[in-house]
Amino acid sequence: MSLWQKHAIFEKNSIVLVIGILIMIAVGGLVEIVPLFYLKNTIEKVDGVRPYTPLELAGRNIYVREGCYLCHSQMIRPLRDEVERYGHYSLAVESMYDRPFQWGSKRTGPDLARVGGKYSDDWHRDHMREPRSVVPGSVMPSYSWLEQTDLDYQHIAQDLKVQALLGVPYSADMIANVAVEAQATTDNPAAADLLKRYPKAQARDFDGNPGRITEADALIAYMQMLGTQVDFKLYDDKANIR
Amino acid sequence: MANALAPQKTMTLGEGGLALTFVALALLSVVVAAKAHTPEYAFHAYLFTAASIASVFAIINRYYERPAAKAPLTIDGKPNYNMGPVKFATAISMFWGIAGFLVGVYIASELAYPVLNFDLPWITFGRLRPLHTSAVIFAFGGNVLIATSFYVVQRTSRARLAGDLAPWFVVLGYNFFIVIAGTGYLLGITQSKEYAEPEWYADLWLTVVWVTYFLVFLATIWRRTEPHIYVANWFYLAFIVTIAVLHLGNNATVPVSLFSPKSYIVWSGVQDAMVQWWYGHNAVGFFLTAGFLAIMYYFIPKRCERPVYSYRLSIIHFWALIFLYIWAGPHHLHYTALPDWAQTLGMTFSIMLWMPSWGGMINGIMTLSGAWDKLRTDPVLRMMVVSVAFYGMSTFEGPLMSVKVVNSLSHYTDWTIGHVHSGALGWVGYISFGAIYCLVPWLWNRPLYSLKLVNWHFWISTIGIVLYITAMWVSGILQGLMWRAYTSLGFLEYSFVETVEAMHPFYVIRALGGLLFLIGALLMAWNLWKTVNSAETATSASPALAPAE
Repeated sequence: MSLWQKHAIFEKNSIVLVIGILIMIAVGGLVEIVPLFYLKNTIEKVDGVRPYTPLELAGRNIYVREGCYLCHSQMIRPLRDEVERYGHYSLAVESMYDRPFQWGSKRTGPDLARVGGKYSDDWHRDHMREPRSVVPGSVMPSYSWLEQTDLDYQHIAQDLKVQALLGVPYSADMIANVAVEAQATTDNPAAADLLKRYPKAQARDFDGNPGRITEADALIAYMQMLGTQVDFKLYDDKANIR
Repeated sequence: MANALAPQKTMTLGEGGLALTFVALALLSVVVAAKAHTPEYAFHAYLFTAASIASVFAIINRYYERPAAKAPLTIDGKPNYNMGPVKFATAISMFWGIAGFLVGVYIASELAYPVLNFDLPWITFGRLRPLHTSAVIFAFGGNVLIATSFYVVQRTSRARLAGDLAPWFVVLGYNFFIVIAGTGYLLGITQSKEYAEPEWYADLWLTVVWVTYFLVFLATIWRRTEPHIYVANWFYLAFIVTIAVLHLGNNATVPVSLFSPKSYIVWSGVQDAMVQWWYGHNAVGFFLTAGFLAIMYYFIPKRCERPVYSYRLSIIHFWALIFLYIWAGPHHLHYTALPDWAQTLGMTFSIMLWMPSWGGMINGIMTLSGAWDKLRTDPVLRMMVVSVAFYGMSTFEGPLMSVKVVNSLSHYTDWTIGHVHSGALGWVGYISFGAIYCLVPWLWNRPLYSLKLVNWHFWISTIGIVLYITAMWVSGILQGLMWRAYTSLGFLEYSFVETVEAMHPFYVIRALGGLLFLIGALLMAWNLWKTVNSAETATSASPALAPAE
């Protein structure tokens, strides 16, 4: 009776085999995933990171819808060339409100984790309209229809509610005042309120067409905030050694 | 009084219950369509309505056409195999395969010539890329897995497939999921989790289909007349069970509303990244590896008429493979904001994974012991053996790329794309083609139309694969090196767009390689079409099959 013959128990009992499989596949996943939810050093303690404004969230959903993550990462690695090319390496805290995360896996185009403030709104609008008009060698598709499509934000409060349910700190006040208009138009009196709820939020017309709130407004608003929340002049990486 | 002796034809609980469920689903989806937040979602709701109504008609129609008695489990002492669903899945896998390869060639061309995006939302690279990956992995690969698993579990258990409507529900329900997923991508419905892009309602539907698949497979094993469960079925079980677990974990979302296609995932940021690549890497490990190893364990021994090389090796590499694979996910997240301890675990287990992977390769290739001469005469067997060789190559390359220093160069570049395709085109593609070349003559009881065409298919697509992966190796390593190149004064040498421009010739070569692979698949489809439609039946050398429903 060798040990090999003991294996017959798996080969003769399908339920034992299934249970064996379940145990084998459970271990690795549990060890690697569960601690991320309770180890305190998983996410750094840093000031400045806030939930997305309703307009930024709508823009982010367009970013997801168009599959931008398939060519653009949002994760700067702590390597010399990346830090010099894109800016400070990405922190876990910077994507803590990202559902789902947009770190990406391929850079057919450049990383966008800190693209916020790097280019003007006009540059973004022209680039969406015809990428090769501002970057001659680009292989990016044109997204000219974004500035011609009105943003559908009729149900955006519902999106905030679901995120609040999942633990994103959207207050009742934020949900009641979704005020997409306040952020995407010029000289809107409600913009001051918006800035109080969402510090550092940028309120203006983004796509060069003040008469309409388009999908381009939302997408550019999202891109202009990417990577701008943490103030790296004040950030102490020694305090967050992991 | 003959009537009293003949069994009374009654509708079974399954038929009645399923028909009523579909009536309810049709009503629900009409309501959803009417109140949908977006026209795209309304379109999907109407698709659900149409499919539900069609299902009700199909079930009732089948009830009127079928004999009163249930299909016998055996005829003259031989198992009465149910090959109808297997035939359907085999045929449609060829259709999806060609569609998926075609989209692949198109998006490869878009990267070489961006004008091909034509300013149309539906065919931009960002929307077509998930269509390509899902079409080849889930539509082509998934149907091959369902077809072969339903075939292999019946033959190796010597038992008829369990369930009456259930196997058809699995096959048709799965393909309906593919339609929802694929049309969704074109319309911009995605949750942006790679290889798990379909939104919550498609995920729910797939869950129901997948649980039914598991039950049909398991219940067929329960009917077996052989004492042992054959090794291929261990791998099929591991594939079905683990994919269910991964699917549920990675798609845990809360919909914005019943009337909205949009949902938000319960995990966020770094945890979501870990869950995603736990899923993503094990979609490779269990869908594209364990499932296709099961195919290898049945079709290679069968085709070369030799027993599996080593029983003990199959035991060791089976348990080692499924245990180690699950840990490998974090190698997709090297140098990211994922904590170092998780990255190190991912790298360590990825390197260890090399061993059980090669255990499988050795067991597959060495099965040819004593039958090596068949490689010269049988291009179908050659295709399957080369597929196992590709498996060995890409499971060596994978652990290499999971080493952090190598990954710092390869990550975010085309090297990853090349690696995936040496596994996908070489391993998954070729083992599937080999299995289908075996299955179609067996299922339709016809001799294969032309072995010569198989030979042409083999060589054309092999040249295609070689062009593809070498182009991606060069472009990936080139781009990785250009990104980190410095001038003598200490400045970054290249702007990003210069590294994009340098990719152009390799993108053209890659598209050509993909085109050759597509041409090979078209030859195959032609060959199979002629096989199925030939008047000649196979000689008695091939096993006799019960007529399919």
